[in-house]
Amino acid sequence: MSDTPTPDHQLPRTHYLNATYGSGTRSWLLTTDHKRIALLYLGSVTVFFFIGGVFATMIRIHLLTPGGALVTPETYNKLFTMHGVAMIFFFLIPSIPAVLGNFLIPLMIGAKDLAFPKINLLSWYIYIVGGCFVLYSFGTGGLDTGWTFYTPLSSVYSNSAVTPAVIGIFINGFSSILTGLNFIVTIHTMRAPGMTWFRLPLFVWAHYATSLVMILGTPVIAITLLLAGLERMFHLGFFNPALGGDPILFQHLFWFYSHPAVYIMVLPAMGVVSEIIPTFARKPIFGYSFIAGSSIAIAVIGFLVWAHHMFVTGESTYAALTFSFLSYLVAIPSAVKVFNWTSTLYKGSISWDPPMIYALGFIGLFVIGGLTGLSLACLGLDIHIHDTYFVVAHFHYIMVGGAVMGFVGALHFWWPKITGRLYPETLSRAAAVTLFVGFNLTFFPQFILGYLGMPRRYHTYPPEFQVLNVLSTAGASILALGYLLPMAYLAWSMRYGRVAGPNPWPATGLEWKTASPPPTENFDVTPEVTWEPYDFQNRPDLGLAAGAPSLAPAHSDD
Amino acid sequence: MHRTGELYGQFETLEQQKESAALGMWIFLVTEVLFFGGLFLTYTINRHAFGTAFGVGSNTLDIRLGGGNTVVLILSSLTMAMAVWSAQIGKKQLVSIFLIATLALGSVFLGVKVVEYKQKFDHHLIPGYGFDIRYHSELPAPMDNPVEIAAEKEELEKAFAVDPDINAHAQLYFSLYFGMTGLHALHMIVGAGLLIWLIRGSFHGRFTPQYNTPVEIVGLYWHFVDIVWIYLFPLLYLIDRHR
Repeated sequence: MSDTPTPDHQLPRTHYLNATYGSGTRSWLLTTDHKRIALLYLGSVTVFFFIGGVFATMIRIHLLTPGGALVTPETYNKLFTMHGVAMIFFFLIPSIPAVLGNFLIPLMIGAKDLAFPKINLLSWYIYIVGGCFVLYSFGTGGLDTGWTFYTPLSSVYSNSAVTPAVIGIFINGFSSILTGLNFIVTIHTMRAPGMTWFRLPLFVWAHYATSLVMILGTPVIAITLLLAGLERMFHLGFFNPALGGDPILFQHLFWFYSHPAVYIMVLPAMGVVSEIIPTFARKPIFGYSFIAGSSIAIAVIGFLVWAHHMFVTGESTYAALTFSFLSYLVAIPSAVKVFNWTSTLYKGSISWDPPMIYALGFIGLFVIGGLTGLSLACLGLDIHIHDTYFVVAHFHYIMVGGAVMGFVGALHFWWPKITGRLYPETLSRAAAVTLFVGFNLTFFPQFILGYLGMPRRYHTYPPEFQVLNVLSTAGASILALGYLLPMAYLAWSMRYGRVAGPNPWPATGLEWKTASPPPTENFDVTPEVTWEPYDFQNRPDLGLAAGAPSLAPAHSDD
Repeated sequence: MHRTGELYGQFETLEQQKESAALGMWIFLVTEVLFFGGLFLTYTINRHAFGTAFGVGSNTLDIRLGGGNTVVLILSSLTMAMAVWSAQIGKKQLVSIFLIATLALGSVFLGVKVVEYKQKFDHHLIPGYGFDIRYHSELPAPMDNPVEIAAEKEELEKAFAVDPDINAHAQLYFSLYFGMTGLHALHMIVGAGLLIWLIRGSFHGRFTPQYNTPVEIVGLYWHFVDIVWIYLFPLLYLIDRHR
C-alpha cells in the first residue's frame, strides 16, 4: 500500500484456512488452531455486535421526540439493558483479546499455538453456551434491570427474564477466565528463542495486563451474579434488605469487576495503537518500557478505583476521597501512553494508511473520554452529573471511541495477515473518517445534554433537549454507515482483494515474518529473534532500503 | 496439533509442557481464590453486623460431623500427596491405590455433608419462606435430648432479646452456610470426576517418573479444595461454640 508499485504476490499453497485437515464445518468446529478459533470468535462477536447495534438504533430512534417515538417505557428499559449486556459482555470484552489476541499472540512470540489449544476451543464453546442463555432471555421477555443488575431490582422485583441472563453471563465469565489464563501461561512459557520480555511487542504486554484483569476480576463478577441469581431463585438473602442482606454490597462486588472490565476493553486497543503508530511513522516507538509498564500499572491501579461509581450511595467521605484520588492516579499511566504515541509521531515519516487513521482517531477520542472521566472522578462535580448523559457520553468515548475504534483499526491492520488479501484503500479511508465523524456527532451532544441535566435511562425528556437528541440520532446513522462499510468491503476482500504478501506495510513484528495467511504451525522453522522491537533501521528484510519511504532521522532521545 | 507420545505438538519439550500445565493450574487456583473471596467478603461483613445471629446459626451445626469431616479431608490430602509421590518415583500400583483412597475419602466427606443438609431440611433451616430458627426447639423430634433442647431454647430467648430480627439474620447465616459449603461440595464433585479420570489412566500405567503432570496438577486442585474447607470449618462451625 505504499506509493511505489509492489510486486504481485501469490497466496501460499497451503495455509491454516485450507490446510490438510480440510475445510468442512467439522474441521472448524473441532479445530484447536488458535487462528481458526480466533475466526470463530470474530464471527460470533460480530453477531452480538449486530444485535447490540439493533437495540442501539431503536434507542436512538425512540429518542427523536421528547415523548418517545417508538416503544413503551417498559420496552425502552429493556432496550438499553439488552444493548448494554450484548455489547459489554458479549462483544467488547471478548472483541480484541479473543479475536486478535488469540490470532496474534502465538505468532508475535514465535510459538506454534497457545499453551492450551483445547482449553482455547472450550472457551469459545463456553462463550456460545453463555450467549445462548442470554439470547434466550432476550427472546422470552427481555431484561429490564440495566446491564448493572443492581439488587434488589434484579433479585426480587424485576418481572423480566433475569435468571437466564444472569446464568448466561456467569457461564460466559469462564470463557474470559480461560482466555486470560491461556494468554498468561503462553506468554510465560512459549516464547521463541531470543524473544525476551523486553522484546515482546507492546500488543503482547497489553494483553498480559488485560489477562491479569480477566483472571483476577472475572471470578468476582461470577460469584456476585451467582449470589444475585441464588437470591432470585432460592431466596438466599445476600443483598435483599428484607432478608437481612445489603444491596450496597452488591454494588461494591459488581464494580470490583466491572470497573476493571473497562480496562479489559481498552488495554488491548491501546496495544493495537502501540503497534500501528510505529509502523506508519516508520520509527521505533518512543519509551517502549514506559508503555509496557503503564499497561501493568493501569491493570493494577484499575482494581483500586471501583467505588467511584458509588459516590452517591452514601459511602463515607474518606472512602470517597480515597477512591477519587486513586481514580485520578489512573490518568497518569494512561497519559504516559498518549504522550509516548505522540512523541513517536514526532518527526516520523507518516503514511496515512487506513489503520493509521483509526489509530489517530483512537488517540483523539480516548483523550476526550479520559479527560471527561477525570471530571466524573471529581467528587463535587460527580454529584451534579452522576447518572446523566454526561456519563453515557464519557463511557461511550472510552468503549466505542476507544475500544471499538481500536478493534476496527486492528482488523484493518492485520486483515492482510488473517486473510492474505488487501481491501480497497480509498473506501476504507473514507470509512474510517465516517466512523470518526459519526461517532463524535452521536456522542458529543450527549456531553452537553448530560451537563444540562438530562438523566440517563429515561424514555422521555423535556422539549428543549430535542435539538441535541436529534443531532445525536443523526450522528448514529452516520456511525452505522461507518460500521457497515468495513463489514461489506472486508467481506468482499476475502475473495476479491489484492493478494497482500507476507508483510505489506511493512511492519517489524514477528507475525509479519511468516506467510499470509500463516501455515497451521505458524512458522516453518521456529524463529530466533535477534533484533530489538520496532527497529526499522537494522532490518534489511523489511525491504525499506531502496526506493521505499526514507527512514526518518531518529529522535535524539530515542 | 499432532501429538508425539505424551508431548503435545505446541510444545518443544516435556519440561516446557509440565511448566505450562503447572502454571496454568496455579493461575486457575488464583481465580478460585477470588471466586470464593466474594463469599468470604460477604461472610465477613455480615458476621460483623449480625454476630449474635451468626453465633446462634453456628451452634445448630453438628460439630462432631463437621470435625470428623475435617479429619477425613486432611487425610485425603495426605493420600493425594502420596499418589503424586508414587507417580514421581514410578510405583504404578501405588498410584492407583492412593488415588482410589483419595476418592473414597472424598466420597465419605460428601456423604456426611448429605446427612448434615438433611438435618437442616428437617429443622426448617433452609432460607426461604418456611425458615424458622425456633422450629427445632419448639417441635423437637422424640429422640432429641430434652436437656439440649432446653439449652437451645434458652439461648434463643437470649439472642432474641439482643437482636429481635434474629430470624432474618440467622437466615443470612444459613444462606452463607449453604452458599459456601454448597460451592465447596461442587468443587469436591468436580475433583472426584478428575480422580476417576486419573484412576483410569493409572490402570493403564500412564503415569511415569517422566510424565506425571496430570496427577500433579489434579493434586494441586485437590489440596486447594481442602484448604478452602480448612477456612470454612472454623468460620461456620466454631464461631460461638460453648455448648
